[in-house]
Amino acid sequence: MADMSVNIAGVTLKNPVMTASGTFGSGMEYSEFVDLSRLGAVVTKGVANVPWPGNPTPRVAEIRSGMMNAIGLQNPGIDLFCKRDIPFLKQYDTKIIVNVCGHTTEEYCETVDRLAQEPVDMLEINISCPNVKCGGISFGQDPKAVEAITAEIKRHAAQPVIMKLSPNVTDITEIAKAAEAGGADALSMINTLTGMKIDIHRQTFAIANKTGGVSGPAVHPIAVRMVYQTAQAVHIPIIGMGGIQNAEDAIEFLLAGATAVAVGTANFRNPMTTVEVIDGIADYMKAHQVEKVTDLIGAVH
Amino acid sequence: MAEKFKEVAQVISQESLGGQIYSMWIQTEQIAAAAKPGQFVSVYSKNQAKLLPRPISLCEIDREHGRLRIVYRVTGAGTGTEEFSTYQAGDSIELLGPLGNGFPVERAEGKRVFLIGGGIGIPPMVQLAKALGGTATAIMGYRNADTFLEQELSAHATLYIATEDGSLGTKGNVIDCIKENDLKADVLFACGPTPMLRALKAYAKETGIECWISMEERMACGIGACLACVCKSTEVDAHSQVKNKRVCKEGPVFLADDVEL
Repeated sequence: MADMSVNIAGVTLKNPVMTASGTFGSGMEYSEFVDLSRLGAVVTKGVANVPWPGNPTPRVAEIRSGMMNAIGLQNPGIDLFCKRDIPFLKQYDTKIIVNVCGHTTEEYCETVDRLAQEPVDMLEINISCPNVKCGGISFGQDPKAVEAITAEIKRHAAQPVIMKLSPNVTDITEIAKAAEAGGADALSMINTLTGMKIDIHRQTFAIANKTGGVSGPAVHPIAVRMVYQTAQAVHIPIIGMGGIQNAEDAIEFLLAGATAVAVGTANFRNPMTTVEVIDGIADYMKAHQVEKVTDLIGAVH
Repeated sequence: MAEKFKEVAQVISQESLGGQIYSMWIQTEQIAAAAKPGQFVSVYSKNQAKLLPRPISLCEIDREHGRLRIVYRVTGAGTGTEEFSTYQAGDSIELLGPLGNGFPVERAEGKRVFLIGGGIGIPPMVQLAKALGGTATAIMGYRNADTFLEQELSAHATLYIATEDGSLGTKGNVIDCIKENDLKADVLFACGPTPMLRALKAYAKETGIECWISMEERMACGIGACLACVCKSTEVDAHSQVKNKRVCKEGPVFLADDVEL
């Protein structure tokens, strides 16, 4: 059997497939459809130091070959998360990556501190949510701010830190290099692209927040391009995501230079997508006589 | 934990009920046997560019034969629902379900019950009427005399009709119809547009009726993971830790006092 394991910042994942934050909760709902122990890692929905109510509804809209969302990082806060979500995930043989959000550096760090004592394998820091007024993307569009918050979080973190980057920038490699300079152990990319949909029948915005983050197959080529560019610019591992629906989409990311991949929006259409992608990568490796999945990383350049 | 199934089911029959309303009977492997009145299914388009499932309420459930009936409105040209309306007997249809909590039928035991539906909120009332053994009073609000499901509802409940234009039954809304016919109940179950639900919540409070309403919101995952379809709750919800409840998971049926409309 081919070796599908990958290593990110000293953490070994049994395969390179994880879930994209915000699309999978903490795995509870999807565990009715997917054996979570088959996944390389579960990346949780973003959690903050206190509960967040999120945005008004409607929070989602469909677009051609994709969707838009402006959930607004609704989350139950770190207290309940540590009591309920982490013990739930510990039942499974998978790595736990907790996505952390905040309005201020202090809020991020409070949550990161709190997670230091928890059986969590890695942290993913969301500096790229386009749907909240302060925090989120406001940290993720300026290289200096990215470096500063990364460095501050690294001072607090007990686990390896993955910075999740926004594609809503002129040059993503500048942001990626800033995160690396700040001490990031890995990068997740991309978060959603800011978009807008107008309901012409009601003559209003399709989403209450007016703008939302675009995800799904429509963004896949943009994400692959950004992963490729960034892979040439930094030395830390990249987790590629954006519109993965099947193994082919995932393998493109690996060949472009990603060490692992995350499946997001596709879970909404097919709750079994993650395991189908894992099986599909294994089939591809067999067909192409690839012994180690790591041999695929950045093979196209 | 309630069981949910992703299935490629088979269409048994499709018919137009007039206007843009369609009725489809579907043969399922497992979904129908697990389903309860007030639950819904996610229906997936065969067009891969239409990514998100369409949540559609269950109109009738034939557990014994594994069959479901959905009655739905085609929302426009080129939509997923328009595609569904073209399916014919023998075609496949991809479903996930049963989803949501369903109506708490046990709250009706030994009580006088109103089943209230407005527009495309009417279909789930048919299975609920059947589950209540024909004892309920159904009050249905239509735009005009082009009614649908009238026969099924009158077979399983005592049916009263309100129409906006007065062409059939009471002229006005469902509350006008209740008043005009001097109807009484201890508990009511309702599904329909938000203004109707809001009015019923107030009416039920005024008259001391226990009021259960089925809510609607734009959904993505349909199973409680994505937090798209929340409604405002009066108290902090145990799962979310904020005053939000998931329509697809804690709902779609809520005690009216528990949610803000």
